[in-house]
Amino acid sequence: MSDTSNPIEALAAHHDSPGEPFYPKFATSPKLIKEAKKLVALYPEGKAQSAVLPIIHLVQKQFGFISDESQQWIAEMCKSSVIHVAGVVSFYPGIHRKCPGKNHVRVCRTLSCALGGGEEMFALLCDKMGIDTKSMSDDEPVGISADGIWSIEAVECLANCGFGPNVMVNDKLYSQVGEAKIDEIIAAHSN
Amino acid sequence: MSKINYLPGKEPHPSETRRIFRNVDREGYNPSIECFIEDGGYKLLADALKKQPSEIIDEVKKSGLRGRGGAGFPTGVKWTFIPRGNTKPVYLICNCDESEPGTFKDRFVVHQDPHQLIEGMIISCFAVGAHFGVVYMREEFPEAAKIMQKALDDAKSKNFLGKDILGSGFDLEIILHRGAGAYICGEETSLINSIEGLRPYPRIKPPFFPAAIGLYGCPTIVNNVESLCQVRQVMEMGGEVFAQTGAPRSPGTRIIGVSGDVKRPGYYEVVSGSITFGELLNDLCGGPKEGRSFKAIIPGGSSSKVMRCDAQLKAANGSPMSVFDIALDLDSIAAHGSMSGSGGVIVMDDSRSMPKVLNNLNRFYAWESCGQCTPCREGNPWMLKLTNRMLSGNAAPGDVDLLKDVADQICGKTVCAFGEACAWPTQAFIAKFREEFVALTEPINALKPHSDEARAARQFLGRED
Ligand SMILES: Cc1cc2nc3c(=O)[nH]c(=O)nc-3n(C[C@H](O)[C@H](O)[C@H](O)COP(=O)(O)O)c2cc1C
Ligand code: SF4
Repeated sequence: MSDTSNPIEALAAHHDSPGEPFYPKFATSPKLIKEAKKLVALYPEGKAQSAVLPIIHLVQKQFGFISDESQQWIAEMCKSSVIHVAGVVSFYPGIHRKCPGKNHVRVCRTLSCALGGGEEMFALLCDKMGIDTKSMSDDEPVGISADGIWSIEAVECLANCGFGPNVMVNDKLYSQVGEAKIDEIIAAHSN
Repeated sequence: MSKINYLPGKEPHPSETRRIFRNVDREGYNPSIECFIEDGGYKLLADALKKQPSEIIDEVKKSGLRGRGGAGFPTGVKWTFIPRGNTKPVYLICNCDESEPGTFKDRFVVHQDPHQLIEGMIISCFAVGAHFGVVYMREEFPEAAKIMQKALDDAKSKNFLGKDILGSGFDLEIILHRGAGAYICGEETSLINSIEGLRPYPRIKPPFFPAAIGLYGCPTIVNNVESLCQVRQVMEMGGEVFAQTGAPRSPGTRIIGVSGDVKRPGYYEVVSGSITFGELLNDLCGGPKEGRSFKAIIPGGSSSKVMRCDAQLKAANGSPMSVFDIALDLDSIAAHGSMSGSGGVIVMDDSRSMPKVLNNLNRFYAWESCGQCTPCREGNPWMLKLTNRMLSGNAAPGDVDLLKDVADQICGKTVCAFGEACAWPTQAFIAKFREEFVALTEPINALKPHSDEARAARQFLGRED
């Protein structure tokens, strides 16, 4: 992490992450531009700005996180300004400014899952993945293992409350997760 | 129509009436358009397109259908709020943000039966005169996003969407827009700002509601997934027949999601008012866990006010009743000081500490406040600090009143209904379980400093302890 004292620069600063080797570095390509333009075309005439979030998802899916350079490009694509894109990026908990691990794990911590033992599952997962629970805070909700294979985040309700504890690994939801299932989950995503 | 069998172990309870969840966990059913059409799908759309839009609105009004997103606003009435003589485009948005803790119903529609929603949505768009619709789906449903996108593409290839739908002259495009993990985007005006690509701060209302000034400044109808599916039911049954089933002022079926301390948590679709909480929890959900008894019920998503299971209530005619005698419909629950909200029932048994439960909810609200209004942005972390302090044994009895005071100062003083949503849990938990909060406090703690600043100041003011 670069140490800048100016809060605006700090917001834009790059945060090193052990997950970076698992994702390509942000670069535009004709294919990416075409996909972005397709997203813009979905919205009514003159409302390119609506495509900010879809394009952010497009970039995050491929490159893992939203880097400074990508914000410039996103702003260009949806005819908006960088500061505007930065405002959107910094609002949503689901948008990463720091590269996650190869596998990103989300554990629900809200009431129904907590009643079912979600917080214990979170601690257990951190332990098995080699992530220090103390490395996470409200300002830094994502914890990343030193080898970059795993990142973990406690999130709010995943809307599967009857079948908690719920854990999402990348795009896959695991429900009724107990100790035994944790080993299964880790094995399934380990290679 | 072929006979319906459900997957082994997932059969509905005999007290259930499966309408919206008819195809959920159904044997041999898949989310493809072929499956839906084979089952009679999109016929209602063809019929609806032959009617006048105003006829459909009248039918929905007659049905008495009330929104399933939380507030229970009559859907037909909402549709008529589009200003008369409007010349701007009209938009319709399906709210599939499903982020209220305890709520898990829309998930199954969009994963297992997306065309039901699309058909309901096309009919609704036709009724309100919208030619552009958006399904706003939470980011945490990546699988559903794929299923929904394919469903929309398939519907378009069969001309249920696109230009001149089924030769009716009606054009409609529906797109999928995904959120990014923010609870507040479920609030309709925040959702609109999110689609506009702005920072999704809720907009102030009144005076202008989205039906008058919404997406891109144009009239916009926002409806929940279940509400739009219910519109399809209304078309199938006819408004009058729909109105005859269930509680008079909130007819139709409701999907109730039960989570927490019951033997069989899960989703149940029941006719509104047809069963009581006692029947829901003891019969459908199999009762409390072994050796436990029920202590508290949150009846409609985390924001609804908690109810105490041993409370003595009074029925309308004055006779005594308990929480378990309350019928599951909007008005009956409202009559006892809570709300049916989004239908997410969270149950806690006698092993649970209520301050701990509240602390979990306070953390949720502190994390999810959008930060636009001072009472909400500052009040929520404050409430969280107070419950944290109680759990760590550092609180004084006065902190219980302070906690309630903070909640009182948020409620009704904010831009959006999040202010109520975050204050109600605290207010209700303290009103109903005050003794548990007080039990965690010590009078001596009132003299303790709680921050570094206070500790530093203490150095000069008093003796170290
Ligand atoms: C803080 C907050 C969160 C909300 N979250 C949701 C949600 O996740 N899903 C939903 O359908 N409605 C949600 N609503 C309600 C919507 O604002 C809106 O009333 C609803 O989508 C209207 O649909 P209906 O008339 O069909 O019920 C929320 C409201 C508030 C104040
Ligand atoms: S009440 Fe809270 S969530 Fe709603 S606009 Fe104000 S700060 Fe944002």
